[in-house]
Amino acid sequence: MSEPPGATVTLPEAPAAAEPSKALTAQRVLPLRRPGRWIATAVVLVLAAQFGHGLVSNPFYQWDRFGYWFLRPAILDGLLITLEVTAYSAVLGLVGGILLALARLSKSPVLRAVSWTYVWALRSIPLIVVLIFLYNFSALYKTLSLGVPFGPAFFSFDESKLATDMVIAVIGLSLHESAYAAEVVRGGILSVDQGQHEASAALGLPRGYQFRKIVFPQALRSIIPNYVNQLIGLIKGTSLVFYVSLLDLFGAAQTMGSTYPGDIVPLLLVVTVWYLILTSVVSVIQFYVERYYARGATRSLPPTPLQKLRTALTDVRARIRKEAAV
Amino acid sequence: MTGKTLEALADVEAATVEVHDVHKWYGTHRVLDGVDLTVRPGEVTVILGPSGSGKSTLLRVVNHLEKPEIGHVSINGELIGVRRQGDRLRELSERAILTQRSRIGFVFQNFNLFPHLTVLDNVAAAPVATGKLGKPEAQELARELLGRVGLADKTGAYPRQLSGGQQQRVAIARALALRPGVILFDEPTSALDPELVGEVLAVIKDLATSGTTLLIVTHEIGFAREIADRVVFLDGGRIVEQGPPSEVLDKPRHERTRDFLSKVL
Repeated sequence: MSEPPGATVTLPEAPAAAEPSKALTAQRVLPLRRPGRWIATAVVLVLAAQFGHGLVSNPFYQWDRFGYWFLRPAILDGLLITLEVTAYSAVLGLVGGILLALARLSKSPVLRAVSWTYVWALRSIPLIVVLIFLYNFSALYKTLSLGVPFGPAFFSFDESKLATDMVIAVIGLSLHESAYAAEVVRGGILSVDQGQHEASAALGLPRGYQFRKIVFPQALRSIIPNYVNQLIGLIKGTSLVFYVSLLDLFGAAQTMGSTYPGDIVPLLLVVTVWYLILTSVVSVIQFYVERYYARGATRSLPPTPLQKLRTALTDVRARIRKEAAV
Repeated sequence: MTGKTLEALADVEAATVEVHDVHKWYGTHRVLDGVDLTVRPGEVTVILGPSGSGKSTLLRVVNHLEKPEIGHVSINGELIGVRRQGDRLRELSERAILTQRSRIGFVFQNFNLFPHLTVLDNVAAAPVATGKLGKPEAQELARELLGRVGLADKTGAYPRQLSGGQQQRVAIARALALRPGVILFDEPTSALDPELVGEVLAVIKDLATSGTTLLIVTHEIGFAREIADRVVFLDGGRIVEQGPPSEVLDKPRHERTRDFLSKVL
């Protein structure tokens, strides 16, 4: 048989019967080796060790003073105020945000315009300016009264009695927070498939039910990560209430720092560690809340860290047993 | 079974649907251009037509998901989405429209089940939310209806865990839970894999023989021939011809109908 020119086979002959190899199909595929990962791990570990060593050995950080301050009542009182202000503002901000988002998405042009203007204004003004304005509110408007516009008043309040530092802080943060929350909630509602609105409408579900039971629970899937982001910003944002003379965590540390100037660094470390703890707690809660609202959205729920650990352990055990058997 | 559930399961009186000179346009684009249609109680009407002919819009006008610019729809003589004010028509409040819709079943092409609720809750939600049944009765009704569409074993599943055909059958059970006098189907099998179409058509066929008024938009010509009392052919927002399947499908009088059927058959 003569081969046509140009079709000559240049591939080397496969070492066919050189050694009787196992049938390839019956074997498990080995994972790709990744030496780069081992090198990167080593580099990161060395850097982390260096950083850790620096933290511990540098006398500048005064870890003994850190230990002294960490659970001092003055600091814990500040922490409590931070938690309180955050909790109130987070709830009020979210409620306000939901109302603003609903107004923005409503069919009424009046509500839409009011909501848009509010969000525009409150997102434009720095939080610190809002707080200081509110702090001086009683100087600007002596009394608040309820009555006919431009006419007689039925009730009036003396403002300075109504507004404690705490109230001012919570109002300021809530006003600010709700403008951002409004956008987070609106984004979440818009992320829900149009078909869900249509199906609710076609079934004749009452408006409130449509929102509470159908649209909002689905919107929460995208609202939660964004709102937690917002919330973490808020936790740290509360440090600004120091400027309306409320002694939160940061404020307490600041005050102690001016009394004990030598302890400023350990006090800042105390504050840092507390904020880290608060953020971590929020992140853990976020994981479980997100997991709850993932029901139905994914075919199976993502495993909790505990479940992951358990499967990992079972895997390792199985592998060891296999090796031992070989 | 409690008495209330039995009552809820009892046969619903089939409704008459009247579409009167309906016009619908988006900007300058005319989607429906003067449609008149009367569907007698218990009649099964299949709406055919090329894409963009206004079939889905017509169906969505019937339960007022779309507002007609001119004309009106009435079910059992009751105007849908509007009320008479002197000799003019005035839009109803949203609440009133929602109440009317709860008497009209609607099945979507993409099922639109509520993904965060179990199959049982998907079916039981509307009767509870609209105050027609208490929760236990609604759940019992939902179990009955899911049994009727062959999904008695899936009550605890979430919609995304089901196949397309199963999801569409849940959607039909959900529409039935409100005991509608008429059910509207908007291309109920178009989003399904071919081997799943049969199970959904079987359920619709079961409904057709049970005497409920059905309006079905579909491309399944064979199915239309089998179950339709009347076939309506729509093109360019107008009804081109209508009549029993033996006439419209087998001896179409109009050129456009013949043209369409030659393409899909």
